[in-house]
Amino acid sequence: MNLISCIIRPYKLDEVRDALTAAGVSGITVSEVRGFGRQKGHTELYRGAEYIVDFLPKLKLEVVVDDGLLDTVLEAVQKSAKTGNVGDGKIFVSTVDQVIRIRTGELDADAL
Amino acid sequence: MKDMAVMRRSRDLPAWLPALLLMCLLVLAPDAHAAAAAPVPTVDKGDVAWMLTSTLLVLLMTVPGLALFYGGLVRSKNVLSVLMQVMTVFSMILVLWAIYGYSLAFNGGNAFIGNLDKVFLRGVTKDSLAATFTTGVALPEYVFVVFQSTFAGITGALIVGSFAERMRFRAVLAFTALWFTFAYLPIAHMVWYGPDGFMFARGALDFAGGTVVHINAGIAGLVGAYMIGPRLGLGREPMKPHNVTFTMVGAALLWVGWFGFNAGSNLEANSGAALAFINTLLATAAAVLSWLVVEAITKGKPSMLGGASGAVAGLVAITPACGTVGPMGSLVIGALASIFCVWGVTGLKKILRADDALDVFGVHGIGGIVGALLTGVFSAVSLGGTGFGAGNTTMGQQVGVQALGVGITLVWSGVVSAIVYTVVKLVFGLRVSAEAEREGLDITSHGESAYEA
Repeated sequence: MNLISCIIRPYKLDEVRDALTAAGVSGITVSEVRGFGRQKGHTELYRGAEYIVDFLPKLKLEVVVDDGLLDTVLEAVQKSAKTGNVGDGKIFVSTVDQVIRIRTGELDADAL
Repeated sequence: MKDMAVMRRSRDLPAWLPALLLMCLLVLAPDAHAAAAAPVPTVDKGDVAWMLTSTLLVLLMTVPGLALFYGGLVRSKNVLSVLMQVMTVFSMILVLWAIYGYSLAFNGGNAFIGNLDKVFLRGVTKDSLAATFTTGVALPEYVFVVFQSTFAGITGALIVGSFAERMRFRAVLAFTALWFTFAYLPIAHMVWYGPDGFMFARGALDFAGGTVVHINAGIAGLVGAYMIGPRLGLGREPMKPHNVTFTMVGAALLWVGWFGFNAGSNLEANSGAALAFINTLLATAAAVLSWLVVEAITKGKPSMLGGASGAVAGLVAITPACGTVGPMGSLVIGALASIFCVWGVTGLKKILRADDALDVFGVHGIGGIVGALLTGVFSAVSLGGTGFGAGNTTMGQQVGVQALGVGITLVWSGVVSAIVYTVVKLVFGLRVSAEAEREGLDITSHGESAYEA
C-alpha cells in the first residue's frame, strides 16, 4: 500500500477530486498548507510598501491506495493538476505499513 | 441675542446680498431706525433635523468608519488595539468638549483662543441659540455643541493611524487630551470663530475643516511617527494590511458619513448644503478613479486599497472647498488630490523616513493641503465657485490666505505635538516594550484577541 501526498494549486481541487474518484480512490484527506518550491513567493504592493510573500497557499491531498491502483492514480493527479506553469506542485509517494478501519477493525486493503 | 455669539465662517457674497442692500435703501429713507433693529432669530425644524442627522453621520464616520478603515490596515495581532484607540479617543474628546472644549473654541476670547465662560456648558440651555449663515435663522445651541463635538472627536481619532501598533494606551490618551486642548481648540477657534478668529478675520476659506481637522491631525501624526520611532522589524518583516475588506467597508462608511461632515457644515438644510453635498459626491468619485489610474500606470495593477485610499483623499481635499467651489471644480480637486496623495504615501514617505504607519500625513496632511490651496483657486466665480472670502478680491490673495492657514496649522500643531509627545514620554513613556510589540497590542495592552490563533 502507498501513501500519495500531493501538493496542488488550491483552485485545482475539484478537478483532482473528480479524477481521483474516477480512478477508483475511495477517500481523500485535504489540508490547507503554505510553502514554496521553484515558483518562490510573489510580491504584493500596499500603497508605497512592497511585501514579498514567501509562502504561497497550496492544498495537500493525502490518498492511500493499493499497489495495483498506484500508477492509475498518479497519472490521474498529474493530468488533472497540471497547468504547465511553475507552481503546479509535487507528488510524494511512500510505503504504508498498516491500515486499520477504526469502526470495524478491518486491516489493510479491506480498510481502504 | 447675546447667546448668539457663535458664528462660523462668513459666506462670501451670497445671493441675498443685493436684496439686503435694496431693503436697506428702502428702509433708510423714511426711517433709518427700522434697519438697525435686529430680526428675531427663528429656528427651522428642517435645519434641526438635518443637523442632528449630520451629527449622527459624523459619528458613523468615526465609529465604525474610521475604526474599520484603520483596523483593516494593521496586522491581525493589533486590530483590536486600533479599534480601541479610535473609540476611546473619540469618547474622551466628546467628554472634554462638553467640559471645556466648546467654550474655548466657540466662545469669546481673543484671536487665538476662546474664554472659559461656557465651561461645563454653563449658560447653554434648551432655549439658547447658535447662529447659522443666514441672518435671523438660528439653531438650538445644543445642536451646534454636539455637531462640533464630533468634529473634535474624529480629529483626535485620525492621529491614531500614525503611531498604530506600538504606542502605550495610556500615552495615547494623555497625548490626545493635551493635544486637543493646546492644538485643536486654538486652531478651531482661529479658523471658525467669527469675527475674531485669526484666520476667520482674514477671509480664509475652510468650509468643513481641511485645516482644523485634516492638516491638524496629519502633522500631529507625522511628528508622532518621528518621536515614537518606527515599528520593530519595519522593512524586514511583512506588515501588510490584515483585512482590506475591513478597510473598504470603513472607507465606504467614511464616504457616507462625510455628507454629514461637509453638507452638515452648512448648518442649514438649504441650497448651500446641496452644493456641499454634490461636491462631496463628485470629488470623491473623481479621486477614486484618479488613484486607480495612477496605480494602473505606475504599478500595473489598480488595487482595492488604492480605491479606498483614493476615496479618503478626495473626501479630505474637498472638505475645505465643498461650500464655495462648483461641481466641476470639485472634480478637478478630487482628481488632483489622489495624484498628490499617491506621492504622499510613496515618494514623500521615503523622503520623510518616518513610520507613519497608516499614512495619516500622506493622505490627510497632503490631501488637506492640496484641498486648502485649491479652495483658493476654484472658489473663483470664473471657475464656477461662489466667490472668495471676505476681504479677498483676487485668486492670488485668496490662495495666499489659504497658504497662511496651512502654514499656521502645520507650525502650531507641529510644535504643540512635539512638546506634548515629549511630556507624555517623560511621564508614561510612549512605547510598549519590544516584547509586547512583538506579541501584539491586542493581548498585551487589552488582554483579548480578535481571532483564534
